Amino acid sequence: MSHLKYMKELNTLTRMDDAIKGPVPRWQKKCLETSTSSAANMSLNTSRKAMNVTSANNSNNSSGKTPKKGIEIRNGKKTPSKNSKKSPSRATTPNKTPCGGDRFIPTRTTTNFELGYFKLQQQNTDPDNKNETSPNKREMQRLIGENLHGGDLSNMRVLSYQNKAPAPPEGYQNPLRVVYSQSKTPASVKASTRYIPNAPDRILDAPEIVDDYYLNLVDWSTSNVLAVALGANVYLWNAGTGTIEQLFELEGNDYVCSVAWIQEGPYLAVGTTVGNTELWDCSQMKRVRVMNGHSARVGSLSWNSHILTSGCRAGQIIHHDVRQREHLVSTINAHAQEVCGLKWSPDGKYLASGGNDNMLQIWQGVAGTNYSHPQPIYSLSQHQAAVKALAWCPWQNHVLASGGGTADRTIRFWNCNTGACLNTIDTKSQVCSLLWSTTYKEIVSGHGYAQNQLTIWKYPTMNKVAELTGHSSRVLHLAMSPDGTTVLSAGADETLRLWKCFIPDPHKKKEPIKQTSAVSCLKRSIR
Amino acid sequence: MSETQQKTQCITLKGSAELVKEYLLYGINNILYQRGIYPPETFETKDHFGLCILMSVDPKIVEFFKVVLGQIEEWLLQRKVERVSLVISQVKTKEVLEKWDFKVDYENGEIDAKTIIKNEIMPEVGKKDLKTIQKEIREVIRQITATVSFLPLLDCLCSFDILTYTKSDCDIPNEWDETSPVFIANSQEVQLRTFSTSLHKMQTIVSYKNT
Repeated sequence: MSHLKYMKELNTLTRMDDAIKGPVPRWQKKCLETSTSSAANMSLNTSRKAMNVTSANNSNNSSGKTPKKGIEIRNGKKTPSKNSKKSPSRATTPNKTPCGGDRFIPTRTTTNFELGYFKLQQQNTDPDNKNETSPNKREMQRLIGENLHGGDLSNMRVLSYQNKAPAPPEGYQNPLRVVYSQSKTPASVKASTRYIPNAPDRILDAPEIVDDYYLNLVDWSTSNVLAVALGANVYLWNAGTGTIEQLFELEGNDYVCSVAWIQEGPYLAVGTTVGNTELWDCSQMKRVRVMNGHSARVGSLSWNSHILTSGCRAGQIIHHDVRQREHLVSTINAHAQEVCGLKWSPDGKYLASGGNDNMLQIWQGVAGTNYSHPQPIYSLSQHQAAVKALAWCPWQNHVLASGGGTADRTIRFWNCNTGACLNTIDTKSQVCSLLWSTTYKEIVSGHGYAQNQLTIWKYPTMNKVAELTGHSSRVLHLAMSPDGTTVLSAGADETLRLWKCFIPDPHKKKEPIKQTSAVSCLKRSIR
Repeated sequence: MSETQQKTQCITLKGSAELVKEYLLYGINNILYQRGIYPPETFETKDHFGLCILMSVDPKIVEFFKVVLGQIEEWLLQRKVERVSLVISQVKTKEVLEKWDFKVDYENGEIDAKTIIKNEIMPEVGKKDLKTIQKEIREVIRQITATVSFLPLLDCLCSFDILTYTKSDCDIPNEWDETSPVFIANSQEVQLRTFSTSLHKMQTIVSYKNT
């Protein structure tokens, strides 16, 4: 009850204060009266109201009131009356020091510190008030914490070991810079006695070529016909005559994922998005058969005599015997992710497959047949990215070259008789495709960012012989003409470029020509 | 028959914590190599989880990992760790450029840490094949490798630190200290795959400065 008494006292105090200032408005007086006379539980609210009113009153009056004193002394004027009407006129009088208006001068007499202090204290101890504000605040803090640190940190500790790991050596530069920069790659291009034209021999348009690293959309047949898949279409370009024919167009949203020519003859294998592998007779422009078996798109194909091996997005490899009604010879769960590189060695002894799971697998052919064992003889995990570029050495049947994607950027050479890595070279750029030259002991690689170039390397020293730039987007696929003189590159910039980079040396010219003619004679006799 | 099944299909809390520790060790080393924080000459390839991972051979870094990850493994057993953060910051300005968060979730319900310590005779057992766990881990590490293609270049001398977010009742061991959490202003976040040992679930998130 003593507390109530105090309240009353305080209220009367405020009233007295009001009285000093002048006549209180009638409604306010009434209000104060009720507060003093009313019951104890009302007092808190009303007093607060009164407080508000008085403070409002104060602020109204203060402009008129406080400056008065100062002005009084300076001007020596009469004490201002309680009438506040005069104050505005005073404010307009030209004075050296501006009074009123632009500065705030508190009135000590009207601010009741005791009451203020009491009110503050009361607010802190009032449990109702606390519940009103803090949950919001707490929630806010929690949300801020979650956004900034990804979790509520209020009941967590952040600890760290005091002996920090050493910083990298001074002056060390991040080697990844090359991946991001446009500058020329550091390895020098070794001067070669051979002339290699820097510009492409021809440029063909390849509209709507799918810019997908994991597909194989270009193949050049032994009969000098180039098959190119552009979106849902497959086109045949006869390199000898220059005629272009459309083989077919897929319906709906399907697109062609891979093309591969049989070693001999007019047959073209085509992998599609739905998981079928189609066989086309290009001499009659007719589909011969459709082979199912895959659950996802067929991104890679490779022939070994009458066996067609296909790799799919789900990671399976299937051997199809194209002669039999039951074409499915064996299904292998080869990779954890999409199979993007698939190549039989020229002697049909090994099959190499590369996947998006960064694995390179070597499969041995089953003796007497043309398909492979279901278990790999070597699983090579050295690549740090998807292995798409695969190429078997034409003069050493057991040597395989493989190239990795953006995170890897290396070309590796493997001896598949032993499973040993013979050599590795960092190309500083994504390796999309690899091709061995048949005329020189050289290998050509197609790259992505930063230069989108073709690089010709001397094997086995791996010196750069030439860099062929021109594509404005990554070089997705490479194919070689049957005579081995021309390399075709298909870029994501929707162009096909033909580079005559392996023209035989004129001094040694006679020899290879004889050889090729001999081979072609042999082919004719077989047919 | 049942015995062999037991061997292949069970994983103890201890084994799970060890797997998580191994993942952190190989994952973080892979990040250090792939992001080019230390010279590539100081790394050597190691076969693990069926992957070729480049591991730092710098004795100081090896020692650092041994101590830090050893402690984290211990905390994992006690269910104290909430999160492990790999912080990559610029040496000169101390500005944080990249952060890798490894969030730990404890599966198998919320059992009090104390009861686990008491009931050591009856350890927790998860039912997940080691091979499938390793496969999941492999896929996360591959994803880490592939992040090079979108993360910005760290074009300055950078150092790294490992912060461990633990429960508040965790004791601070010798030579460890409490620090403040780290965040990157204007950051971009990418969540990678999640793997689970059926006892611990591990979430990997990389956040980097958005430029």
